[in-house]
Amino acid sequence: MKAVKLAVFVLFAVACAKEGNNSSTASSTSSSSGSVDLTGAGATFPYPLYSKWFDEYAKLTGVKINYQSIGSGGGIRQLSEGTVDFGASDSPMSDAELAKAKFGPILHIPTVLGAVVITYNIASLSAPLDLTPQVIADIFGGKITKWNDARIASLNPTASLPSSDILVVHRSDGSGTTYIFTDYLSTAVPSWKGTIGNGKEVNWPVGLGAKGNEGVAGQVKQTPGAIGYVELAYAKQNKLPIAAVKNKAGKFVIASVPAVTAAAAGVANTLPANTDFRVSVVDAPGPDAYPISSFTWILAYQHQRDSVKGKKLVDFLNWALTYGEPEAPSLDYGPLPSEMTPKVKAKVATIDFAGAK
Amino acid sequence: MTAVPAPAVTTDRRRLHVHETAIGDRIYEIVTTACALVIPALVIAIAIAVFAGAWPAFSKLGLSIVTSSDWDVRAGKFGAAPAIFGTLVSSALALVIATPLAIGVAIFLSEFSPTWLRQPIGFLVDLLAAVPSVVYGLWGIFVLVPLLREQVMPFLRDRLHLGATPFFSGPAYGPSMLAAGIILAIMALPYISAVSREVLMAVPRSQREAALALGATRWEMIRDAVIPYAKSGIIGGIMLGLGRALGETMAVTMVIGNRAEISASLFAPGYTMASLIANEFSEATSDLHLSALLAVGAILFVITLIVNAVARWLVWQVSRDRAV
Repeated sequence: MKAVKLAVFVLFAVACAKEGNNSSTASSTSSSSGSVDLTGAGATFPYPLYSKWFDEYAKLTGVKINYQSIGSGGGIRQLSEGTVDFGASDSPMSDAELAKAKFGPILHIPTVLGAVVITYNIASLSAPLDLTPQVIADIFGGKITKWNDARIASLNPTASLPSSDILVVHRSDGSGTTYIFTDYLSTAVPSWKGTIGNGKEVNWPVGLGAKGNEGVAGQVKQTPGAIGYVELAYAKQNKLPIAAVKNKAGKFVIASVPAVTAAAAGVANTLPANTDFRVSVVDAPGPDAYPISSFTWILAYQHQRDSVKGKKLVDFLNWALTYGEPEAPSLDYGPLPSEMTPKVKAKVATIDFAGAK
Repeated sequence: MTAVPAPAVTTDRRRLHVHETAIGDRIYEIVTTACALVIPALVIAIAIAVFAGAWPAFSKLGLSIVTSSDWDVRAGKFGAAPAIFGTLVSSALALVIATPLAIGVAIFLSEFSPTWLRQPIGFLVDLLAAVPSVVYGLWGIFVLVPLLREQVMPFLRDRLHLGATPFFSGPAYGPSMLAAGIILAIMALPYISAVSREVLMAVPRSQREAALALGATRWEMIRDAVIPYAKSGIIGGIMLGLGRALGETMAVTMVIGNRAEISASLFAPGYTMASLIANEFSEATSDLHLSALLAVGAILFVITLIVNAVARWLVWQVSRDRAV
């Protein structure tokens, strides 16, 4: 009996010790093994493009990058703990999150732009629906509940709108898509900011939650009268009907890669020289700008702890900003506006290896 | 545990085997004991990790995490009551649907089925357990939910006039507590049915023959002689099915509508604890949010533990009644 108790205790102690050591062993194996040179973790949204970049970069230089698309939250957490060499996020880190990083200041390197589009299921429509930010906020906030509401009808005088109920479909999982969409509504519609606000998950007053872009798109496709929001890349590849959204300049714009880059261009010109690139480009000025657009960022420590890895990371970022950008449109991501690239490269150049071993 | 009968066994062994085998036995014993101990140690380690992670949320939010319905990440409010409600209701609904079906299948297979049909039907029912849950979820989205929205829900609400009761009222969107309950019923069914079938088949032939000899009809024989004998096993099977339903995540998330609201209507969308964790874990950045999700996990852990304890107690009660 005593022996059994002792055995249980020993086993348990071993289990605990193992658990405690897990993170440190994981990072030490990754640095000593020759097969993977850099590890990253974070956003799922830019993953298709990043994996293409990593693949090409490995063929070109032999530098292998292992990226886990576990979500922006997980990427930020792992980078803060120092278990990965870089992170990736669809929403900028908050000051509180930056303060918690264990190894000093973290830089935000914008890579490409994404957009969120509004998709709907109304069989009687032949042309894209025109929507203003206020009407979008009223639909997703539960204030407009019928498709033939005067506020929608007055924007679309020629459309034949049904009298049916509107079913709002939103994301159930925390996501950068929700962040961009609610960030836009918070910026463009003051009443939204005070009530629902912006975040990766918000307290939706109405509607159904569906998991992932495919969940939202599937639910909208199936249910007559439904409306939801998905990423531009997803909507384009699946040929979903999308609404034209009125931008700050008063023009109704349908999301496209050039319209998304135009949104960033409008903001890029106004950036101060010492910007940290934690900027929002929603509701951007410019007649061609699509208003529900956002950067996605790679996150890296400014003071690298390992000069070999740090150098590899800087080289990769410079390659991506020069040769990776032109590939973005083919996967429906917006490349950075050309006038912005030198500024981003200058930021990458501030990464140093002074404290490195 | 094994300490008491051990000396007797060792003397027997010495008499029967040569010395080397005794050492082999000893090694075998140590290896199997280690295997047996690793599992409880793992369970305890998981429980400790979950509760330690959940502690900040419990200490900061207190009971409100169980009682409040307000889950607002931005405002730092974490009330999981709708998710707890949804888990319990969807699982209960699943059992209500699955239990009669599963026991029916089991009785048919053990009592009525011609022998050539027994194998294929049993195999197909068991196969339900082998389908991955994401496949159930996809089937739910593309087949079950449209069927509910276009046929079943309007039929229940308008044709059967059940819309007058609060349980079948409101708009029929499709994704709903009802959809989750049906999916879970299909997933729990093979567990209940397989266990019930085995225990029914294990009922001694003499038990049946005695009942028939006393002039019982076939139905009376099953009701009075076979089922009471197999009751504890059947309850065990139901609890196994319930365990499956409580923890199921993927398929439920895909059909329940993920709305954190408590509604009496089975047509309304709902939420479950497992779905809540799966939905929000990957993007949870604030410490309190993460801790609150672990707290929801801890509550689910406790609920599962209670269900298992109740199942044990029920089985024990039933088997004791029979012994008396």
